[in-house]
Amino acid sequence: MALRELSSLERFLGLKKPNKYSTQGGKKVPVLQNNNGPALIGLVTIASHLVHEAKRAELLGDSAEQRAVVQQWIEHRITRLDNCSKEEVKVILKELNQYLEDKVYLAGNIFTLADILMYYGIHHIVVELAILEKERYLNVTRWFDHIQHYPGIRHHLPPVVVLRNRVYPNGHH
Amino acid sequence: MKLYISEGNPHCIKALAVLELTGVKCDIEVISHEEKVVPHLSRPVSPVLLLPSGTHLFSPNSICQYLYDVSGQAATDATSQWLEWEATNLQPAVLQSLHMVALQGKRVEAAAVMKEPLNWLEQSLSKRSTAFLTAEVMSVADVVLWAALYPLLSDTSFEAGELVRCWFGRVDSLSACRAAAHRILQGNEALKTFLQKHTASLSPRRDAPANTDAEDECVMSVEEIEAAAQVWAEGLTARSAVIERKHPILPQEGKRNVLLTSALPYVNNVPHLGNIIGCVLSADVFARYGRLRGWNLLFVCGTDEYGTATENKAREEGLTPQEICDKYHTIHASIYQWFQIDFDFFGRTTTERQTEIAQDIFWRLHERGFLLEDTVEQLRCESCQRFLADRFVEGVCPHCHYPEARGDQCDKCGRLINAVELRNPQCKVCKETPVIRSSKHLFLDLPKLEGELEEWLDKSIGSGDWTANARHITRSWLRDGLKPRCITRDLRWGTPVPHQDFKDKVFYVWFDAPIGYLSITANYTDQWEKWWKNPQQVELYNFMAKDNVPFHSVVFPCSLLGAQDNYTLVNNLIATEYLNYEDTKFSKSRGVGVFGDMAKDTGIPSDVWRFYLLFLRPEAQDSAFSWADMAIKNNSELLNNLGNFINRAGMFVSKFFDGCVPEMLLNEDDKRLIAQVCWELKQYITLLDKARIRDALKCILNISRHGNQYMQANEPWKKIKGGDDDRQRAGTVTGVCVNVACLLSAVLEPYMPTVSHTIRAQLQAPPTCASAQLQGSGSFVCSLPAGHRIGTVSPLFQKLENEQIEALRKRFGGQQPEEECVGAKTQSSCSASVETKPGASQADLNTDPERVKHLTTLVAEQGDKVRALKAQKVEKSVIGEEVAKLIELKKQLCLAEGKSPAPAPPKGKKK
Repeated sequence: MALRELSSLERFLGLKKPNKYSTQGGKKVPVLQNNNGPALIGLVTIASHLVHEAKRAELLGDSAEQRAVVQQWIEHRITRLDNCSKEEVKVILKELNQYLEDKVYLAGNIFTLADILMYYGIHHIVVELAILEKERYLNVTRWFDHIQHYPGIRHHLPPVVVLRNRVYPNGHH
Repeated sequence: MKLYISEGNPHCIKALAVLELTGVKCDIEVISHEEKVVPHLSRPVSPVLLLPSGTHLFSPNSICQYLYDVSGQAATDATSQWLEWEATNLQPAVLQSLHMVALQGKRVEAAAVMKEPLNWLEQSLSKRSTAFLTAEVMSVADVVLWAALYPLLSDTSFEAGELVRCWFGRVDSLSACRAAAHRILQGNEALKTFLQKHTASLSPRRDAPANTDAEDECVMSVEEIEAAAQVWAEGLTARSAVIERKHPILPQEGKRNVLLTSALPYVNNVPHLGNIIGCVLSADVFARYGRLRGWNLLFVCGTDEYGTATENKAREEGLTPQEICDKYHTIHASIYQWFQIDFDFFGRTTTERQTEIAQDIFWRLHERGFLLEDTVEQLRCESCQRFLADRFVEGVCPHCHYPEARGDQCDKCGRLINAVELRNPQCKVCKETPVIRSSKHLFLDLPKLEGELEEWLDKSIGSGDWTANARHITRSWLRDGLKPRCITRDLRWGTPVPHQDFKDKVFYVWFDAPIGYLSITANYTDQWEKWWKNPQQVELYNFMAKDNVPFHSVVFPCSLLGAQDNYTLVNNLIATEYLNYEDTKFSKSRGVGVFGDMAKDTGIPSDVWRFYLLFLRPEAQDSAFSWADMAIKNNSELLNNLGNFINRAGMFVSKFFDGCVPEMLLNEDDKRLIAQVCWELKQYITLLDKARIRDALKCILNISRHGNQYMQANEPWKKIKGGDDDRQRAGTVTGVCVNVACLLSAVLEPYMPTVSHTIRAQLQAPPTCASAQLQGSGSFVCSLPAGHRIGTVSPLFQKLENEQIEALRKRFGGQQPEEECVGAKTQSSCSASVETKPGASQADLNTDPERVKHLTTLVAEQGDKVRALKAQKVEKSVIGEEVAKLIELKKQLCLAEGKSPAPAPPKGKKK
């Protein structure tokens, strides 16, 4: 899972030479063997490393504040979203929906690594949503649709159909 | 900038320490554990850093990183790796461990939980020579890890490695750290309070990554393999007989009696692919499957014919409502026939029995006091002598003064309107001004039936199969509370209300239409009550798209419960999501999408259509029809996987063994394949028993994939040229393969009936092979024993070429009306026009140039006539007639050009 995500990220970043990854432990934490230094462990660490390698540091945020926000959402993804329980999913979606109410991207107006990793991590949840739920979490759906259509992002994941018009204008008809 | 902290919350230690260490200027506010600072989070958290921009940082590590960042120390790979490890590995262990120590006093267990992360830390430290985790000087990583461990390691007796203790001591000795820890954890009590309140954060998380279905592969035990081989060897037994269908089918004692309905398609339109997969096709697969399983099953459906939409359509086409119904009923029936929908009976709602049964249910509800009377104010057109339904009236919007607002909604401002509020209302038919009249109506008292309904629902949902969307939609209706629902309408085209006080009214379609299931069955057999008043013996399945759920789960059951006549109520409600067309919606008025009557003109066989629609079946989420994908699925799944396997198996028997199934001596490989196939078969049955139609189709494709791999690995075409042993081996593999092909014909029958019969004919398989292998939990047997002679084998599928698909996509993907439309209002009738590019790729089709020319002239003349009439604002009915003529001409033109006729014009303005 994490490995496919990293290879999609590599392709998005336009890295020519694909890296070789292995995993560690029962949780299958990704490991990147590095020629000029110790191995890097963990999705966030490797992803940030790849962004630097591709000279796309702006994807981690342009200011200290943005960098913190990007890091926060990536951490949110790996600590709360990954492997969370069914009940927790609803809370996470609700919170994210409210957060995105006045934002285009997770870090406000710029597209960052947080959007990419959050999209990869939330995809399996959004795929399962019924239309009614997609409409309940309208801001999440809008953001999600936006990211999945962002050039070069989707790669290993199937597209999720998002309807342009609402089916349940008032909760139900 | 402001940092919010709360006492006792160990996460706050690191933020406070870092603030002190970096010297960043910041206010500090102490809040309680219940106080919510971050607006979008549903639970209170701390620490929170409020930035000058108004952004809240709520992750402790991000706060720390931020403070270091603004003081000039950016994150590195090494620090971010420690922070990630702290958040994902260390924190969960620390919280669990703290919980054990502080609340349960389990010190030993607490130490055990920490063993793994502390070992990892010890090892990492042992590999470095620096004083701190990432360098000679302290970084954000050291503070974060120290703070995480502080509540445990501040107890010097807590077990930890030597290097960890040294490193911990170095960080711990800094006064900034000490002070922060003391401020947050004054004594143990504050921490305890925090832990008690935050047990929720310890809620179990799944450790293993979610199972992806690709890894759902079966692991076979030796016993399973042996058992499968034994069943296989038994072959077809005498007890498996083919059950003949004898009409009328009636419930039988001791049988599983299944009554199956598919939502009644509305008569006034040609159904599109989404309608077809949503109800009739899904129900047909299940019906065919049920019959194979030996259930005593009755599958009924029919067209829903009453209502305003039919009246409108009739006016449009210049026919009577009955004529419209007759016409479209035939169209529907022929479309379903082409799609091989095997109804036991396909009826309609405009029958005597419908009136009888609907009126009976009405009287029973009336006698039992479940109907309420109320007066509704409505507009009535005196010159047309009727009440105007919402869309029969237009006027000035009371909100925005838009002059063409409809009786139910204004198209300009979008607000909902009560028809009586319209200013200067006009009857759409005669343009006269209607008057307000009050009209008495009857309402079904749903609130009175709510308790009984809920009791029944609990039972039905608890014991039957209801799809998730059906359960959700039903629950949300109940949660909002039920309101009385009007069951009468001031219309003519409907089932008359038999009550003296309501004699000019008919039943509202939603009340009337589901009763169609009963009356259609009654038209099939006089003994319909054996199905419909027999919940003890009969199990009822309703198939539909999800927009129909509330009527089947709430409203109709209430009618039947209130009528108190021991009705059979739905046990299993199977609802699909929506099918879209190439990322947009099917639209009659825009001419977008494939409609039932056009599918056959594509030249693609009915079975392939069925396959692709079922492969896409919107089971848990919406799906979208795509031409390119259809070609891919046809070429990869049907042609290369399924067709290839079955064809090769048959060809080997014909070519290498003179058309006779060879002797089979099974080795371990063969038995393993048999067991794998058997496992897929059992999956298939488990899934289809729950009406998971799309998922079960994947099992079929898996069976042939296993077969292909097995064939490829054993290479019978090479072995046949070898010595005796090799030839023997080739025989066994071929024999097993051809038997797998025979099983495939059985499991394919519900999905692709023609292909299934073709395979069976080619293999000359015994007629019982399908039902025999699908009994019980499913058994894969050798149904074509050694010596069995097969027939002539030929390919089952054809490749769909890119050009062919591209041409189809162009043809169906939203044709633009070629004529200039006169105003938006008439757009719908214009969209029936088709592209008339002369000569464009028509050469290979069967066309008659003379006739095409003649018709083109006629269409042009008629088009001019219609435009002239519209310009003169002639009466609508006159225009309608001329438009109908135009449409008919265009249809003929299409046929003459060898194209499929464009869709019949859509009704009204419905999108």
